[in-house]
Amino acid sequence: MSITGLEVEVERDDGFETEEMTLNMGPQHPSTHGVLRFVIKADGEVMRKATPDVGYLHRSIEKIAEKVGYASFMPYTDRVDYVAAMPCNQGWAMVTERLAGIEVPRRGEFCRVIATELNRIASHLLAVGSMAMDIGAYTPFTHALRERELINELLQELCGSRLTFNYMRIGGCAWDLPPRFGEKAIEYLDHLEPIIDEYNALISFNKIYVERLASVAVISREEAIDYNLVGPNLRGSGVKYDVRRDEPYSVYPEIDFDIPVGTGEAGIVGDSYDRYMVRIREMKECCKIIRQCLSKMEPGPVIAKVPRNLKPKPGEAYVRVESARGDMGWYCVSDGSTAPYRLKIRTGSFAAMSAIEHVSRGLMIADLVALIASLDIVAPEVDR
Amino acid sequence: MQEFVDGLIASGALPAGMPTWLLYAAAMLVFGSLVIFVFALLVAGVTSWIERRVWGRMQSRVGPNRVGPQGALQWLADGIKNLLKEDIIPTAADSKLFRLAPYVVVAGFAASFVVVPFASKWIIADLNIGILYLTAVTALVVIGILMAGWASNNKWSLLGGIRSAAQIVSYEIPAGLSLFPAVLLAGTLSMQGIIREQGWAPWDWYAFHNPFAFVAFVIFFVSALAEGNRTPFDLPEAETELVAGFMTEYSGMRSLMFFLAEWGNLYVIGAVVTTLYLGGWQIPHVTDSVILTQVLQLGVFFLKAYFWVFVAMWVRATLPRVRVDQLMVVCWKYLVPIAFINLAGTAVTMVVLHEVPVLALPLRLGITAVALAIVVAFFRRVRYQLRRARPELYLSPVI
Repeated sequence: MSITGLEVEVERDDGFETEEMTLNMGPQHPSTHGVLRFVIKADGEVMRKATPDVGYLHRSIEKIAEKVGYASFMPYTDRVDYVAAMPCNQGWAMVTERLAGIEVPRRGEFCRVIATELNRIASHLLAVGSMAMDIGAYTPFTHALRERELINELLQELCGSRLTFNYMRIGGCAWDLPPRFGEKAIEYLDHLEPIIDEYNALISFNKIYVERLASVAVISREEAIDYNLVGPNLRGSGVKYDVRRDEPYSVYPEIDFDIPVGTGEAGIVGDSYDRYMVRIREMKECCKIIRQCLSKMEPGPVIAKVPRNLKPKPGEAYVRVESARGDMGWYCVSDGSTAPYRLKIRTGSFAAMSAIEHVSRGLMIADLVALIASLDIVAPEVDR
Repeated sequence: MQEFVDGLIASGALPAGMPTWLLYAAAMLVFGSLVIFVFALLVAGVTSWIERRVWGRMQSRVGPNRVGPQGALQWLADGIKNLLKEDIIPTAADSKLFRLAPYVVVAGFAASFVVVPFASKWIIADLNIGILYLTAVTALVVIGILMAGWASNNKWSLLGGIRSAAQIVSYEIPAGLSLFPAVLLAGTLSMQGIIREQGWAPWDWYAFHNPFAFVAFVIFFVSALAEGNRTPFDLPEAETELVAGFMTEYSGMRSLMFFLAEWGNLYVIGAVVTTLYLGGWQIPHVTDSVILTQVLQLGVFFLKAYFWVFVAMWVRATLPRVRVDQLMVVCWKYLVPIAFINLAGTAVTMVVLHEVPVLALPLRLGITAVALAIVVAFFRRVRYQLRRARPELYLSPVI
């Protein structure tokens, strides 16, 4: 079908003529988090099909990389996924380091992991908060944003920005942790852990909330793998796969943390509630990781010596980082000049978006909102 | 109103020579317009401000606090802003119906104030079919909403309108069935009559008369929330699903009218719950002054009614929204059968209590005690959660 979805299908069953309604959800719709568009074929409240229409936020970020060069591209990576910009920073830094064969100092790796995990908590807070809001509860959203605000303050102290950090550099990090940062981070984690329990009491175990999400929009283990879902969406379907553990990078091998997976505690494995709970539990794991990193850190440099005009040898590299939305792949081809010959970023939201058309069949319109929210789709990450 | 006018005539405040029916009519008109144009608008407006402040507190943010002291005039500023905005009527809309719909909704809400009591002698008209009248005029709101949804010629509006029609029509059944235990107990449909049959003490209220009446009271409040399109039943205007539901295409004053009706309706819900089950304006005898008694009764009634408005705000700040099918399941599988059982149970209890009158008082006291225990347990739980949440941490964030 054409993406505009203007044709009308008429079904003739038992003498009644019924028409499917074509609804246009987005790009300006309050629940589509940014500019997403869905063309919905609906029979009353029940959807026959929801076709995502992507591309509204395409900014040619990959092409920009070919023009601006290795070091200058770092601020652009913040814009790939602005909700969790640190993992994007890290991905770009790592792929360049692999191309150029640069070794990152140990303290730099710890700084990276701390920043990334703090950012992951912030991203998950936004994800679970906006999910609760999409289901109709506004208070959890403001409470989640309140906690996210404190992370923003921490990260602002670390790198001067609250959203697009531009913290990492090729070969390490821009700055070492500021004085007392470790104590403040621990203080914040001590504050956050009981707050997560409070949050659970407020919304996660709320009867209406569980009923809205349990057994809704189930993505089975096989489907999740077929659709190439990654990150919390994949783990929500019961697949225990995490780049941080299965293809460890940075200092993750030294750190002890669990990988929460969906268990179908409220309904079927792989339903919206599982994906939600995976994010809630991951926040606690992030707290663990940050605590361990802070205790294992030793003084030292945070950035390696990198030539001012970086020209990696011709070749290609692919790295994967676990972003807040899952396995983020960075593929970079160098031709020996100061800018990459080609860059390709593989993102989790794009894969999640492709699963929607299949999963949304037979759901109600209200469930589509839950599905989009539970897949934690961030529009700019889909289009880049 | 008649009684009050009679009293005034007897005390010589009004000229005695005039025909009494004229005085009655005049008093009703004056009081009616006062109630609708001053009281109802004021209540709706102030409720909008209070709701936003209450929400703000519950969501750990500030809420409107700029216009007037503590933002108390915010509703006025919003009203003026909306009056000055362009009134957009979409080209594809059915413009006559589109323009009419908000008036129908407001008419339904304003007409319900006719039988809402304020004090023992202050009510626009104490109709002898008061409750039935109320059920009938609140159904006007559905017509208005459906009209708005259809006339907008927007699919989201249409979905909102259809949802609203299905929801309100369904929930009128448990709401209606839960009115009847009180009617049975009082033996009258008149609002004032029902209040007169109750007393000022909690154990004289119908909510605590027998277990069935208590459940009926709860069901009535839940169904009234659904009829008033309030969270967790705010599906017709579900923002994250249907943009703004039936009022997606409305702007300026017309959209404000829907909000006016919604916030005004909240007070009506509270007033009806108070009337039927919570003793209405009943107060112990404190003074012989007619006016002072009326004012005190008004105060008591208003506080009781407004408490339920507050509960509705609280519920809205706490609960997520149910889905359409769950909404219907709650109504038809749970509320309607339970409401029927309540009706039959109340009738049986009345017969039993008629035969064995000694049981009546212990039963009432017992249920009052149970209700009190529930309230105490609830507040202990709230306090526990507050302590566990350690609000001092985020009231003065160290970071």
